[in-house]
Amino acid sequence: METLAAPLTIAFDYTRSLGPVLGRFMAGLRDRRVMGGRTADGRVHVPPLEYDPVTHEPVTDLVEVAPSGTVISWTWTGRPLEGQPLDWPFGWALIRLDGADTALLHAVDAGSAEAMRTGMRVRIRWAADRVGHIRDIECFEPGTATAGPPGPESEPVTMMTTPIRLHYRHTTSVEEDRYLRALAEGRIIGQRCPACRKVYVPPRFCPADGVAPDEVVEVAGRGTVTTFCVVNVPFAGQRLTPPYVVAQVLLDGADIPVPHLILGVPAEEVRMGLRVAAVWRDRADWGTTPENISHFAPSGEPDAAYETYAEHL
Amino acid sequence: MRRAAVLGTGQTDHRSRRTDVSMAGLCREAIDRALADAGTDWSQIDAVVLGKAPDLFEGVMMPELFLAQSLGAVGKPLLRVHTAGSVGGATAIVATSLIRAGVHRRVLAVAFEKQSESNAMWALSIQPPFSAPITAGAGGYFAPHIRSYIRRSGAPPHVGALVAVKDRRNGALNPHAHLRQPDITLESVQASPMLWDPIRYDETCPSSDGACAVVIGDAAAASSSDRQVAWIKATAMRTEPTFYSGKDHVDPRAGAAAAAALWDLAGIKNPLDEVDVAELYVPFSWFEPMWLENVGFVGPGQGWKLVEAGETRIGGTLPVNPSGGVLCSNPIGASGLLRFAEAAMQVMGRAGEHQVAGASTALGHAYGGGSQFFSMWVVGRTP
Amino acid sequence: MNGVAVIGFAQAGGVVTTSGVETLVPVFEEALARAGLGRRDIDFWCSGSSDYLAGRAFSFVSAVDAIGAVPPIAESHVEMDAAWALYEAYLKILSGEASTALVYGFGKGTAGDLNRVLALQMDPYTVAPLWPDAISVAALQARLAIDAGRCSEDDMAAVAAQRGHQAPDSPYVSMPLREHDVAPVADGAAAVVLAAGDRVAGRRAAWIERIEHRIEAQGFGELPAMPAPEVDVAALHAPFTHQELLLRRAFGLSGGVRYVPFTENAMFSAGLSRIGVAAEEVMAGRAAKALGHATSGPLLQQNLTCVLGSRS
Repeated sequence: METLAAPLTIAFDYTRSLGPVLGRFMAGLRDRRVMGGRTADGRVHVPPLEYDPVTHEPVTDLVEVAPSGTVISWTWTGRPLEGQPLDWPFGWALIRLDGADTALLHAVDAGSAEAMRTGMRVRIRWAADRVGHIRDIECFEPGTATAGPPGPESEPVTMMTTPIRLHYRHTTSVEEDRYLRALAEGRIIGQRCPACRKVYVPPRFCPADGVAPDEVVEVAGRGTVTTFCVVNVPFAGQRLTPPYVVAQVLLDGADIPVPHLILGVPAEEVRMGLRVAAVWRDRADWGTTPENISHFAPSGEPDAAYETYAEHL
Repeated sequence: MRRAAVLGTGQTDHRSRRTDVSMAGLCREAIDRALADAGTDWSQIDAVVLGKAPDLFEGVMMPELFLAQSLGAVGKPLLRVHTAGSVGGATAIVATSLIRAGVHRRVLAVAFEKQSESNAMWALSIQPPFSAPITAGAGGYFAPHIRSYIRRSGAPPHVGALVAVKDRRNGALNPHAHLRQPDITLESVQASPMLWDPIRYDETCPSSDGACAVVIGDAAAASSSDRQVAWIKATAMRTEPTFYSGKDHVDPRAGAAAAAALWDLAGIKNPLDEVDVAELYVPFSWFEPMWLENVGFVGPGQGWKLVEAGETRIGGTLPVNPSGGVLCSNPIGASGLLRFAEAAMQVMGRAGEHQVAGASTALGHAYGGGSQFFSMWVVGRTP
Repeated sequence: MNGVAVIGFAQAGGVVTTSGVETLVPVFEEALARAGLGRRDIDFWCSGSSDYLAGRAFSFVSAVDAIGAVPPIAESHVEMDAAWALYEAYLKILSGEASTALVYGFGKGTAGDLNRVLALQMDPYTVAPLWPDAISVAALQARLAIDAGRCSEDDMAAVAAQRGHQAPDSPYVSMPLREHDVAPVADGAAAVVLAAGDRVAGRRAAWIERIEHRIEAQGFGELPAMPAPEVDVAALHAPFTHQELLLRRAFGLSGGVRYVPFTENAMFSAGLSRIGVAAEEVMAGRAAKALGHATSGPLLQQNLTCVLGSRS
């Protein structure tokens, strides 16, 4: 059976502080210069290593290498992926810049796979806008170039920003799917664990016993606030505007509370033991989503005694 | 069982943004200090264990891979541990197992978090499709359980503030601490904004960049050290699910079970009498009284009384978090290892201004996830 | 204690659920049944997985629900292939802290575009911002190996044939890698039960004779020699055919070795499964000595070898 599924994208612009070695390397790129790091054995690494692989000491000797070099390995990509240097077919290559002892990975804009070969000479095509980032090298292209006249190094770059954007497909479990489809019909269901007999809402494999649930149980749209917090603070990723009350609500007929919003009552009047009822959105807006239940509001019943929910705290 | 000991510890200067270093530089600041403290060098390190919380914090999938060279791990065994907030403790325990299994002589345990690379709240608030939009943030997860503790124990409302004052003043004695507030008062804490009622701003941990490293050795390495070592008397880890029917979020079974196993292995009958200092993982001040009860220093409902009587200050019956703890520095992945390292520093007599006089037995404690992953160790001055 | 042995193994075929729980429960049951142990007989649990497969922080946490950890258990997790979780569990038994362990790995490799996600394993300052995809990166390694004479496209096609691909001229996906050179990404879950010698007690067992692992610097260089003892069977974890050839050379495996083909790249459980498969060869009597291998990171950066044998 196909269960409900939906896309999930996670995206963040990461801010990377660079430290002394990478900071000088990135500053060089901004100035259209490539700096390699010389290690104790005399080898020049491009990109530079931060620490010497033999002595473990910090690398401090940075030397300029040429903006052109030799392809030592390559492949061809016909369909570039999101975020790659070029959005038309290009070659990936390991390139040993003249004056360097190691190779760096970058894209080569060669037109076609037939133009690529091991040993080919390539040069840097600099990006028009350079900020101190590996992408200040737009890509490499066939040809050679020489380094510009020597000059003083500019201030190291402190920070680089790296956007990361990934796409996933989130698939629900059979139990979650069942729960969501019931919600779309205005029902709240749980399932009972065959071992401990507890009713889980939403239904799920019993985390205490590690077994699949069986009997489907419809539970009430009302219950008891076991405990809660008043959220007064904004934070990244938040989906509601503070202040709001998030409570643990033990639905009648369930054996584990669910978190939900409490509205329809001033925050300072929300209390442990408060009886609440689900407030559903307009039926026309229902879907296979927990958002069908807008929030919980006081039901008007007397508060539940502490003993009735103490074991759910 | 083979003996193992902490030979040396090191930690970074924790700050909200360590923009002067890369991830490798952050780790190396702690590692270089640990190697120097242990009086050892890279040639003597047989294996590396790296701990860190979610990779989404730095946006690097398994950062130990690109860090391998900077960590001096090339050609050696490297393990990457991740057990949520308890990971720092788990990292030290895995390194201890490498020694106790008899396969290595000296192991480097390192844990870090460079939280300024992203935003931890964002990473922790990613909700998959089909979930309700009920995010409350990290404090919002734990605040209801603190409310439950207050209800259950009858603790007066100022206990959380008392812990905050103590820890922040302790942090002022610790040169590495992120928050150092010698002038903080009960009144100023109580006047700070209520973020996640009942948690106030001054009762919450900061978000830090930081790292911690520990060198753990076998009996031969320990006896060849000319400095005081911290003998690892016992370690324990316990896990339970995040949620289950009947879960006790105030006094989690996994924490109590880990502590019971720990005291048993360490031969400790009465923890309050026999332990001289404790570094407990307290990201929100109220967790100090909760953990005092959970690990068995006092009975249920008694933790806040120990706090209120001032017995958890330096000079009290059981100083708790003389380093300032998580309330002063919280590089999440490293926070647990910092607790373990600070416990070792106390029994090695190398805790500087926050040294507890005569400390010979200390507890390091960490927890993570929804109060479900617990790691602990007891270290002592003598084997 | 008298050594450590694999006494049970199971793996899931097909689709793994998002949390892993629904898939892991039957895998645990099967591995435990083969070991002749119950859930409560396990002293230590250890798992391997990656948050980036699911795109969520703490994705390993919900998998704990499959264990039924009430009352609480001794448990740990590595953000690596679960073969390294097996190493951690092996140490716990060696040190005397446990006498039985269940090790598991899981991953829903098909949830995202793994080929692209894996760029995040590369250097975050100078490489990952270019988003080099995993297949292209492997192709660069393959060409270096071919140019250095360490393997040929024909050798790679022969490995592919062993893996069940009968089309040596399948199209290039990333030159010099052809479709048949790339093990398809799959979902996976696996569990291995370990026991200390004195707990084996007449059960079918594959004894761990040697287990080692090491990490290399990140790069495209040649693998160092990692000599393995003479074995009858080897189950190598090689997502690309040229990597299988590089590994055979690095381990110094002789021509007489029978290889268990690696057909699917179920990341984070694949390496553990290779050890499980090697153990099955020994337990079933098809081999006196078998090698299970796991890799982690790009381009075989980290490798673990586990030699299993029978005791008669």
